[in-house]
Amino acid sequence: MSIIKADTHPLDRYLRTERLPHVWCPGCGIGTVLGAYLRAMEKIGMDPEKSIMVSGIGCTGRAAGYVRMDSFHTTHGRAIPFAVGLKAARPDLNVTVFSGDGDLFAIGGNHIIHAARRNANITVVAINNFTYGMTGGQLAPTTPETGITTTSPYGNVESPFNLAGLIAVAGASYVARWTSLHVRRLEKSLEKALKKRGFSFVEVLSQCPTAYGRRNRMRDPVDTLKYFQKYAVVKNHVNPLEGVIEPNKPFVVGEFLDAPEEPTFEDKLWELTKAEFLHTSQAERSEWIIEHRRHLEVLSRIISGKGGEE
Amino acid sequence: MATESNTEKLLERSGLSLPRGEVYLIEDRCKGCGLCIAFCPKHVLVVSDKFNKKGYHPPELVEEEPVNVCINCGFCERICPEFAIFVKEKKEE
Amino acid sequence: MSKDILVGDHFLSGDVAAAEGAIAAGCRFFAGYPITPSSEVAERMARRLPEVGGIFIQMEDELASMAAILGASWGGRKAMTATSGPGFSLMMENYGLGIMTETPVVIVNVQRAGPSTGLPTLLGQGDVMQARWGTHGSYQAIALSPESPQECFDMTIKAFNLAERFRQPVILLMDESVGHLFERVTIPPKEEIEIVNRKILKDKNRKIYEPDEDLVPPMPPIGEGFGIHVTGLTHDERGYPSINAETQERMIGRINDKIRKYADEIVDYEEFMVDDAEVIVVAYGITARSARRAVIMARENGIKAGLFRLKVIWPFPSKRLEELSDREFVVAEVNNGQALVEVERAIKKRAVFVGKMGGEPHKPQEILKGIEEAVK
Ligand SMILES: Cc1ncc(C[n+]2csc(CCOP(=O)(O)OP(=O)(O)O)c2C)c(N)n1
Ligand code: SF4
Ligand code: SF4
Ligand code: SF4
Ligand SMILES: [Mg+2]
Repeated sequence: MSIIKADTHPLDRYLRTERLPHVWCPGCGIGTVLGAYLRAMEKIGMDPEKSIMVSGIGCTGRAAGYVRMDSFHTTHGRAIPFAVGLKAARPDLNVTVFSGDGDLFAIGGNHIIHAARRNANITVVAINNFTYGMTGGQLAPTTPETGITTTSPYGNVESPFNLAGLIAVAGASYVARWTSLHVRRLEKSLEKALKKRGFSFVEVLSQCPTAYGRRNRMRDPVDTLKYFQKYAVVKNHVNPLEGVIEPNKPFVVGEFLDAPEEPTFEDKLWELTKAEFLHTSQAERSEWIIEHRRHLEVLSRIISGKGGEE
Repeated sequence: MATESNTEKLLERSGLSLPRGEVYLIEDRCKGCGLCIAFCPKHVLVVSDKFNKKGYHPPELVEEEPVNVCINCGFCERICPEFAIFVKEKKEE
Repeated sequence: MSKDILVGDHFLSGDVAAAEGAIAAGCRFFAGYPITPSSEVAERMARRLPEVGGIFIQMEDELASMAAILGASWGGRKAMTATSGPGFSLMMENYGLGIMTETPVVIVNVQRAGPSTGLPTLLGQGDVMQARWGTHGSYQAIALSPESPQECFDMTIKAFNLAERFRQPVILLMDESVGHLFERVTIPPKEEIEIVNRKILKDKNRKIYEPDEDLVPPMPPIGEGFGIHVTGLTHDERGYPSINAETQERMIGRINDKIRKYADEIVDYEEFMVDDAEVIVVAYGITARSARRAVIMARENGIKAGLFRLKVIWPFPSKRLEELSDREFVVAEVNNGQALVEVERAIKKRAVFVGKMGGEPHKPQEILKGIEEAVK
């Protein structure tokens, strides 16, 4: 048997094939993660015509340009508020933000914690390649300690964010972390994230051979995946605060949080526009609000592994 | 849960044959990154000598029946960042 | 009575009048962050929008506010934000995204005195050039400047109409004094309010940035299978990034030309006693009110003075000012010479400048002095 020549791929209906090949470097993990996303979408039967992808700026941010659905490539750091505005205006559409670690957690860090706090009904896929790929591999808020980047040439002295912990504590409804090697589990997790009503967040550790790997003894994309293979420990429902990543040490991947669904931000914004809500007393309105509040005390018990029940 | 290797054993013992896959490639999409090759559990993919339009070496298939054959696990398809390689289940003639 | 247009006479501040103008124009989405002296716009919108089926969000900052209204506008809603100097500065990058992606929205900037935190509660008019050039790159700006609460109402409607027609963010450049001034505002019945809505793309096979004859492409709806791609990168007619000088020339040329070509229709000014005037005062916003007083005082003193009031600051009425350039000119504004630069460029000579650094409006006497100096 030899390889059979083909001109179309099973995911082509979700891709702007006229724009392929994409801009990503050989062996970059972004394409792999985008593939997992599209497979998850297909698996759950999410209608691409009713789905929007919003990206910020960066290598990952280019993803929006390759998906065959309405897509927006916005400004650096502002994909989330753009998406929050869009989703609030059009709750009938599925909205995903697909962007990089720098975009979402450095310049856009404020927005993502607020979107999680509000429980905006969007899905965020964050590609954590430990660096700013697009601009040539500078220090990111996710660069591991000792990591060499063009702006930490002597090794990173800062401590990185634990993205999963940060977002879980901020109030997300679903939080998971995988790597570009854990493609099957990532796909399953994305299915859940997309179906979840509320703020869902999936971090994907991914290789950037060109800008990060090259400087950190992982020149070949395979090297980073081997690193993931060696150190990633699959565990579900670990306290996300234990999701700290240290260089050359085991780190947790898995589903950190899958909270019971609660009313979303958009549910509440739209409730305000209803006559039944507006034309009652303030006491009744307050009652409705309390009835539909998020149970952060329950959430924090789930997060800390003390269970969700009273 | 069954791991891949004990699935194989179970299948063998029950007299069922392993699933078989046929591998497809959109050659000019490949950037020769080698991820499919490095992570194929059956090691049936290798770097070829030929160049595609963009000057990359796409993978080729080196099946050696009966053991080293594509088992349609789909990993190459999933790991490929370029939407270049994919597999379909091989139907017995 | 319908809730969206509160027909009748009201006693409103400029800020509140702007909010009512927005609702009358069909604005159904507001995202903002509180800042004096614009907060009353947000507060009014927070109360009013739910009543008319609209969405109000207080975002985490102005960067987010600007991004959110762009998202909402693509979602098919007329959207607005309101801010003042520091927030306006933060909005600039996404203002540019709005220009680049041709997204209709309205930004209200109730100017206070800067730079920086400056005088938070007091008057300034120092954002005129920022409204023109605040985001990077080459583009045309549209900015309106009301002098009264009534005009805050009227011009917010006009701002939406221009935004929808030209598919571009439009700035309502108010100032603290007008924003906080209470006056009678007459809200006309619906039939008397002209509303312009964006052209909607219907043909799925047409490229989304292929313009009509007026150089404005119809806006594609989302969620209906168009599969659009919208980017802040220089893009071709399909909306796809196209990073080269040729596309830059063609596409950025067009987004400039779509405004330039119709600039004469957008330009709007008031001429008060200008016909026989030997000296003309150019002013806008609250300063125009002091200037009007000064012109009357000058006339009483036997000086033939007139007022040229900028109702639309950008595009600038250079053509008309050039026609009037045989007269003497005075420019009064609460900054150290921003409209002044444009006036002098149009009249090709110097004008007497009556500036203030901010904190209070001009006394008519101050402008009168300028008039006297100009005719000396
Ligand atoms: C306001 C602003 N600041 C800086 C930049 C330059 N810039 C572009 S992408 C980027 C970093 C992207 O990093 P990340 O989000 O991690 O994406 P990656 O390229 O790694 O996928 C920076 C700093 C910009 N485009 N805009
Ligand atoms: S620079 Fe890094 S992140 Fe960007 S495309 Fe190349 S490998 Fe991927
Ligand atoms: S499907 Fe699995 S076994 Fe077959 S070639 Fe791909 S990775 Fe190898
Ligand atoms: S993973 Fe894809 S791009 Fe990489 S070598 Fe294999 S077929 Fe080519
Ligand atoms: Mg990155």
